[in-house]
Amino acid sequence: MITTTKPAPPLPATARSAPRSRRTLRTWVIAIAAYVIAVIFLLPYLEMLFMALRPNSELGLATILPKHWTFSNFTTLWSSGLGGSIGTSLEIAAGATVIVLLVSMPAAYCTARRRFRGRTGFLLLVLATQMFQPAAMLVGIQREFTNFGLPPTMSLIIVNAGFNLAFAVWILNAYFSSIPAELEEAAMVDGMGRVGALLRITLPLAAPGIVTALIFTFIAAWNEFLVALTLSLGEGTSQQPLTVAINNYIGEYSVDWGHLFAAGLVATVPVIILFAFIEGRVVSGLTAGAVK
Amino acid sequence: MLAIRRLAPMLWLGPAVALIGVVVLWPVVVMVQSSFQQIGGEGFVAGYNGTTNYDNLFHEPDFVSVLLRTLVWVVVIVGVTMLISLGLAQLFHQKFPGRRVTRWALIIPWAASVLMTALIFKWALDPNVGVINVILHHIGVVKQLGSDQADWLGNPTSALIWMMGVAVFVSLPFTTYALLSGLQGIPGDVYEAASIDGATSWRSYLGVTLPLLRPAILVATLINVINVFNSFPIIWEMTRGGPGYETSTSTIYMIDLKESDVGQAAAMSVFNFLLVIVIVLVYLSTTRWKEQVAR
Repeated sequence: MITTTKPAPPLPATARSAPRSRRTLRTWVIAIAAYVIAVIFLLPYLEMLFMALRPNSELGLATILPKHWTFSNFTTLWSSGLGGSIGTSLEIAAGATVIVLLVSMPAAYCTARRRFRGRTGFLLLVLATQMFQPAAMLVGIQREFTNFGLPPTMSLIIVNAGFNLAFAVWILNAYFSSIPAELEEAAMVDGMGRVGALLRITLPLAAPGIVTALIFTFIAAWNEFLVALTLSLGEGTSQQPLTVAINNYIGEYSVDWGHLFAAGLVATVPVIILFAFIEGRVVSGLTAGAVK
Repeated sequence: MLAIRRLAPMLWLGPAVALIGVVVLWPVVVMVQSSFQQIGGEGFVAGYNGTTNYDNLFHEPDFVSVLLRTLVWVVVIVGVTMLISLGLAQLFHQKFPGRRVTRWALIIPWAASVLMTALIFKWALDPNVGVINVILHHIGVVKQLGSDQADWLGNPTSALIWMMGVAVFVSLPFTTYALLSGLQGIPGDVYEAASIDGATSWRSYLGVTLPLLRPAILVATLINVINVFNSFPIIWEMTRGGPGYETSTSTIYMIDLKESDVGQAAAMSVFNFLLVIVIVLVYLSTTRWKEQVAR
């Protein structure tokens, strides 16, 4: 009995372990391919860092890495009014985000909860704004907002809010739709009132959608270049948004690459970190409209 | 009371409609109006001039070549992006250690401003010291730094290829993520059924995955077409559409026209605008959108 059962265990063990080792090999091939691709996606932005840390005296040197490293590009960045540009960009991005949230939340809530005439028309209108980008109607935007005579920062807040409204409406509409109306009704029966139910039940449950809309709008407005370039033309550098200020390092005959990439890092790193928070939820906001 | 209930949605939607009206709809009206006006460089309106702007535009020597280049620009970039993204989505859909971290790397070109990515590549392609040229010189592809061969952006053909590459690069993250979310929506038992039927992994990809991924592919393609058609910073920073207009798409051409003749630029915008609408409608009808997407 003992002699017959003893050799038995290895058999099923080998039969099982063969596909398992093949699976781990497959997993590692996939993982390594993914790591290589991740590095390829990272490399251009690493180059931005290397360029920012390269001394100006080495700008004409044909080497992959700088021979010496310096932080002087970052420390001398501020004398050119970059702090003002960051402030302007913050103002535009924050202003646009506040307007988008104030305007999109009631619209998304209403279209999620109620069926009424004009609902489909409104949703189609929102979809249309997603299809047409500022570049397509730049002449109209420039002429309209020049006529208004508003300060450029104000105009940029409004334009960025308008073109990023669609994303917020779609993602908030999806979140509000997924919250059962019965939940609000129960809260109202408990004496919270409609406003109380909205504030204490609905908004907290929709919080991930609100945060996604907030971060997405902020990043889109922060990164926007074409309308910013058009409407802030002729302003002082500190009154211009960061993207335009970065573009200003490109002179007629020479480019101040060191400062350009140092400022580029200041503009880029925060939004990459912010984007990582909403990474998993962005796609639904961008595609929900077209799917509905 | 009934009338108030009917009007209530307007209160909720009103601000959104007003914002869209001011920022999106009214500029279209101004644009169409401007396209029939003679407007000086400073924006001074000299009066209506009928269809003169359109006549001038259609007789511009570069008009046809710019349109053809725009077509190639959109088709190549969107096509290559979709193909690469299908592969990337399949790869990042698998489970492996460190998947989260690799996905973070994937989103960088999406989160960063396209302006910065374009400037990095403009620098990296510098004929004398750009890092791409330095590497190509090390491995022997570029014979001499600073030569015509290293001046990729000075030659219209190689400049367009490099810029299309950058455009694909910045389009990949969104497209891959859109396809990934499509893949996540495919239930696992569909594959089990296919493997019981004896389908190989390639056959089950073509027969099961691709058809079920169709809605995600359609939406991602549409959004990419619109983005790529309107793409501005890449060409603007890397070649300014030059030499001449040899690397201009219709968006770049329009922005260049705006410097000299606002009325004609408005005519070009209206033309671009109609072009986008036609492309979207043709695309929606040929892909039988509603049946595919409406579950």
